[in-house]
Amino acid sequence: MSSSVYVTGRGVISAIGNNVAEHLKSFECEGAGIGDISLLDTIYRKKLPVAEVKSTNKELSAIAGLPADISRTALLSLIAAREALNDAAIPDLHSFRIGFVSANTVGGMDKSEDFFIDFLEDNRKGKLKNVYDHECGSMTEIVTDQLGIKDFMTTISTACSSSANAICYAARLIKNNVLDVVIAGGTDALTKFTLNGFNTLMILDKEYCKPFDEHRNGLNLGEGAGYLVLVSEKVVKTLNKKPYCKLSGYNNSNDAYHQTASSPDGTGSYLAMKGALEKSGLKPSDIDYINLHGTGTPNNDSAEGTAIKRIFDPHYPPMSSTKSFTGHTLGASGGVEAVFSVLAIKHGIIYPNLRFETRMNELPFEPEKRFLKGQKINHVLSNSFGFGGNCTSLIFSGI
Amino acid sequence: MNIYIRSSACISPQNTFGSDLALAGLTDVIEYNGTRLKAIEPDYKEYVDPKLLRRMSHVVKMGLTAALKCLRSGDAEMPGAIITGTAYGGMEDTTTFLTRMIQLDEDMLPPTAFIQSTHNTVASQIALFLKCHHYNNTFVHKGISFESALLDAILLLKEKESDNILVGGADEMTDTSFTILTRLGLYKRQPVSNLHLYETKSNGSIGGEGSAFFLLTDKASENNLAELTAITTIYKPTDVKDIESRVMLFLVDHFLEMDDIDLVITGKSGDAGNDDIYEQLNRSLFNNTDLVNYKHLSGEFPTSVAFALWLASNCIKNKMVPETVMERKTKERAPKRILIYNHYQKKYHSFMLVSAI
Repeated sequence: MSSSVYVTGRGVISAIGNNVAEHLKSFECEGAGIGDISLLDTIYRKKLPVAEVKSTNKELSAIAGLPADISRTALLSLIAAREALNDAAIPDLHSFRIGFVSANTVGGMDKSEDFFIDFLEDNRKGKLKNVYDHECGSMTEIVTDQLGIKDFMTTISTACSSSANAICYAARLIKNNVLDVVIAGGTDALTKFTLNGFNTLMILDKEYCKPFDEHRNGLNLGEGAGYLVLVSEKVVKTLNKKPYCKLSGYNNSNDAYHQTASSPDGTGSYLAMKGALEKSGLKPSDIDYINLHGTGTPNNDSAEGTAIKRIFDPHYPPMSSTKSFTGHTLGASGGVEAVFSVLAIKHGIIYPNLRFETRMNELPFEPEKRFLKGQKINHVLSNSFGFGGNCTSLIFSGI
Repeated sequence: MNIYIRSSACISPQNTFGSDLALAGLTDVIEYNGTRLKAIEPDYKEYVDPKLLRRMSHVVKMGLTAALKCLRSGDAEMPGAIITGTAYGGMEDTTTFLTRMIQLDEDMLPPTAFIQSTHNTVASQIALFLKCHHYNNTFVHKGISFESALLDAILLLKEKESDNILVGGADEMTDTSFTILTRLGLYKRQPVSNLHLYETKSNGSIGGEGSAFFLLTDKASENNLAELTAITTIYKPTDVKDIESRVMLFLVDHFLEMDDIDLVITGKSGDAGNDDIYEQLNRSLFNNTDLVNYKHLSGEFPTSVAFALWLASNCIKNKMVPETVMERKTKERAPKRILIYNHYQKKYHSFMLVSAI
């Protein structure tokens, strides 16, 4: 049994970049990826801002080396997962047991939407190819085949905490000696289905989102994919480089309050953070940075803030919501933000919480507004909370 | 560490839910003529307040009710974790929301269907109903969604972080998904009797749906149904020889050989294209063992193997195998070790080993 789980690779694609290097640049120049809808075919163009990956499916397919007519969710997934695996540079990769644990929330829904238009007119119509890969698991399967992984794959879907749970599960597969190397994270493309869904819930901000601000009005949807390569101690010994960090703590708890709303005292968030701290053996004061779930909805930020207050008061580490750059990438967010957490440790950076102006009345703290470099960051807490009360926190620690 | 199945509950197109004697409903099984089996809906009100039921979709009702009955039979009030496997998730609500979105041109949509469309709705509704703050996870990997959930439950027990893990599979079939899956070739074009499913030799199976839940524990007790000795999955094996050698390896890992297995439950589905593998194995590796089929009772769907696990654990507990599931019977004694072998569309294969306690 491997007692520690190490991070040796990371890959990410979102509205602020197609790879890790582009993300670092966007963070430093404080350039958000949010704007008018330009790719999604919807009546909400120019009405609701979103954070689109700035490449068409055709352009993404050229990067991914996959046909352009498959789901955008799979294209995004392959690009980020391959970046992570290449970055890990494991010399004797195929001598180890390798797995791919990926998450998403709506699978190939972007293609199913096309299918359904014709199908609703006449249920003998609609191009079957467009619905063949509807299932969430199909996204994982396509990428697994492309990466040449045969030993293990599975797909997790717990709404907005999906890919944080994929990372937890990957770590446990390594600790239980089921696998040696796991690429873990998640992916979600913007779809009309999710845009309309969140719109009916009236939690989309018509302006750019303002997480943790007293005058926040909701979230902006985003899209992307983010993956880490997690490995056992045995694999670390074969590497020609030092791992980035360890995954030192994780916890999955349920708010058990409401299908879509968080409890006022943030019970689920509190239990997830507290559980992750206990698992890592760290005290709240050891945490150097919190990557907030911070969607920008009145409900989430209030519940998450209250839970943070219960744990950290009176000493608050710097914290920020990178959703102010990438929008809320839903099933991908836990993976995308895990990559940002790992980068924070590696490069000593703290990301700014863009557009923050006014501290929330109920909280005695506020997020970091500036991009900070040269920080000593050893322990990062990353939060991901979702519908259905699914709350997960991860802690990454420098080595 | 030994992992035990403490209790189980199953909602299916047969009378698997009503009786306290789990297998009683399989003495006389229900015949259906057609290409799709629908789950028999129990009286949900015995478990859930009708006010709550009104807002729940079919899969949520099936999942929650099977979960609650499983907990009751296991004398457990609060599970240590809730884990589900579902390939299609909230299919009914997904279809409803998608249809309205297109028909109403994205305007004035009600939110309810969207809220319940997420794949984690069953697991989260169970948590909400029980006010259970513990570990909660949902696996959505096609033909091994349930197996993935089961593996997670086993790991949790091995980590000694929780006990009484509630784990289940749940999938619903809607008119829309059935139409599409039939067009994709998964189901037959001509009606058949489910009781003659394996004689049809045509392509496609019959559609199905259902929900089966299990309470897993590492604590030995004479009340446990059975031991879940092992589980493994394989992806795209090269040929039948490859499957055979993986079965052997799987058994050797647990110091067993084929002669130690009293009964094999296979996932034969009446689909000529898919059943070929089972036919070959039944003549080779499984040649000397008793054989059972179950998909004429559950129908074919990605988490149907949860029905097979329910069947296996209750056959072991009750020391009997219903005649209605037997394909080949040579032994009179009660089975002590059962191997479940299922594959979904030839890509995803799984083996489970269930033993008497």
